[in-house]
Amino acid sequence: MQLESMYQDIILDHYKNPHGRGLREPFDGESFQVNPTCGDEITLRVHVDGDTITDVSYDGQGCSISQASASVLNDLVVGNTVKQAMTTMNAFVELMQGRGTVEPDEDVLDDGIAFAGVAKYPARVKCALLGWMALKAALASAGAAEAAQGVEVQ
Amino acid sequence: MTTSMTPGETDSVGRGSTATTPANVPLDVAALRADFAILTRTVRDEKPLVYLDSGATSQRPRQVLDAERKFLETANAAVHRGAHQLAEEATDAYEDARAKIAAFVGVDVGEVVFTKNATEGVNLVAYAMSNAATAGPEMERFTLGEGDEIVITEMEHHANLVPWQQLCQRTGATLRWFGVGQGDTAGRLDLSNIDELITERTKVVAFTHQSNVLGTINPVRQIVAKAREVGALTVLDACQSVPHGPVNFHELDVDFAVFSGHKMLGPSGIGILYGRRELLEAMPPFLTGGSMIELVKMEASTFAPPPQRFEAGVPMTSQAVGLGAAIDYLNSIGMDNIAKHEHELTRAAVAGLSAIEGVRIIGPGIEADGDVHDRGGAVSFVVDGVHPHDVGQVLDSLGIAVRVGHHCAWPLHRALGIPATVRASFYLYNQPSDVDALVAGVREARRFFGVAEDGQAGGQA
Repeated sequence: MQLESMYQDIILDHYKNPHGRGLREPFDGESFQVNPTCGDEITLRVHVDGDTITDVSYDGQGCSISQASASVLNDLVVGNTVKQAMTTMNAFVELMQGRGTVEPDEDVLDDGIAFAGVAKYPARVKCALLGWMALKAALASAGAAEAAQGVEVQ
Repeated sequence: MTTSMTPGETDSVGRGSTATTPANVPLDVAALRADFAILTRTVRDEKPLVYLDSGATSQRPRQVLDAERKFLETANAAVHRGAHQLAEEATDAYEDARAKIAAFVGVDVGEVVFTKNATEGVNLVAYAMSNAATAGPEMERFTLGEGDEIVITEMEHHANLVPWQQLCQRTGATLRWFGVGQGDTAGRLDLSNIDELITERTKVVAFTHQSNVLGTINPVRQIVAKAREVGALTVLDACQSVPHGPVNFHELDVDFAVFSGHKMLGPSGIGILYGRRELLEAMPPFLTGGSMIELVKMEASTFAPPPQRFEAGVPMTSQAVGLGAAIDYLNSIGMDNIAKHEHELTRAAVAGLSAIEGVRIIGPGIEADGDVHDRGGAVSFVVDGVHPHDVGQVLDSLGIAVRVGHHCAWPLHRALGIPATVRASFYLYNQPSDVDALVAGVREARRFFGVAEDGQAGGQA
């Protein structure tokens, strides 16, 4: 039963059919992030038009949690403003760092709520946050000021 | 008077701290498992624990815990200082532990240096070599500079890799390394270029006795012989070999070797550096301060002879006593018997995992005679279509503790073109049913992630 609480169907679906995967041009910011404890890695690019994120493209290798999280990130962020993206990121980070005590808001996180079960496994929280760390750094490198005000992703 | 700890003498299963190795008998695993309380606990919704991560750290028997407690309750004091009775007894206990360790790995008692862990042991040698640069002409044999080379291997744990990289950075020396073979020699060191790699320029050759990922046992004598030919110092990482079978550093003819207490039923926070006596006599210190001095004046100081020269500060005493008790425990069972037991488990695990479609052993597999050779009980593998983390999570949900990731051997994984592996590692307390649970768990991981049909191992996505 525990396994199913972590590996929700939504997560497995995103893992098997990732949304927006692959690195694309043009882009305004890029970040490479690695999880030093396991070697999982991601390269993520953002394309920003005015204050709207018009594309998030990514590539890398990692477990189902890290890959599905990047796919959900793509869904949640593309088409929104940088500010909205940071709000979403903060909500996701709060969920993941809550040790299973945070009730996720589906209106904000959509498919991201499926990661609530992952939050109960401290060793896997980093996997779920890898793509979001890359998003924050990519937005910062694209010069999006709000990115600097996001919560600290540990 | 001595306070040496031999709790095994009153052990209910009759093991004592005898110097003689028991006759060649199969391990009574059920009986010895009773000494490890942690093995009786359950995890993840009442699943019996199947502990297959002894390559990372081993569990400790009651005898080791009792020895530490008894020491602390009866004889604790700062060693090698003070003249009261407790100080005497504590010093005796500490030095008795050193003697047990020396005998266990076939070296002289003065050649055993206590460190925080094996990593510190490697760093001690590397920093002593840095310090030699400013220590005067008599230290020349330890100094490194531009044009000098350090040779390591691609299968090293970061602990026997990063300190040498850093030493090269500090001194201008060049780091070179042996690769890991392909095809027929997959999982073995590629020594075909040994004459080009180990040359007159080589000052240090540092390598692992047994890979913590591949399980490969390396040909120590061949490498040491070549290093001797060119006058290079040898440093052996014995963390994965000393706990699992008989090892004699004098016979292996290495100059330095390191291993850790916590991987051999002992406490954490203690490691061992073996150094050939004449080298320790000549080598400058790494950490300096109390205990390691001979004479201190405001202007300058001189240093104690080894091993004290390399043990600055009040050392870890109950940990040394605990490690001594761990050695008593291992001796009472017999290292040959432990090695045989682990060999059987390893053969069964490699065979069982290899039989699953889509599973690839990363390291030496089953050979033509149906057995495994020159490999220890670290069994790493990958499962096609399922990331190692996810395999590990499924195993964890079944109560099976394995390691996933790069196991602190990132360059090896990069060379093999795989980001990570799942590693099961065995010890004396593991039993055949643990292997069965592992194999069944890997099949379940394939089913869960949809790369095998329900109940069939052969399905492929």
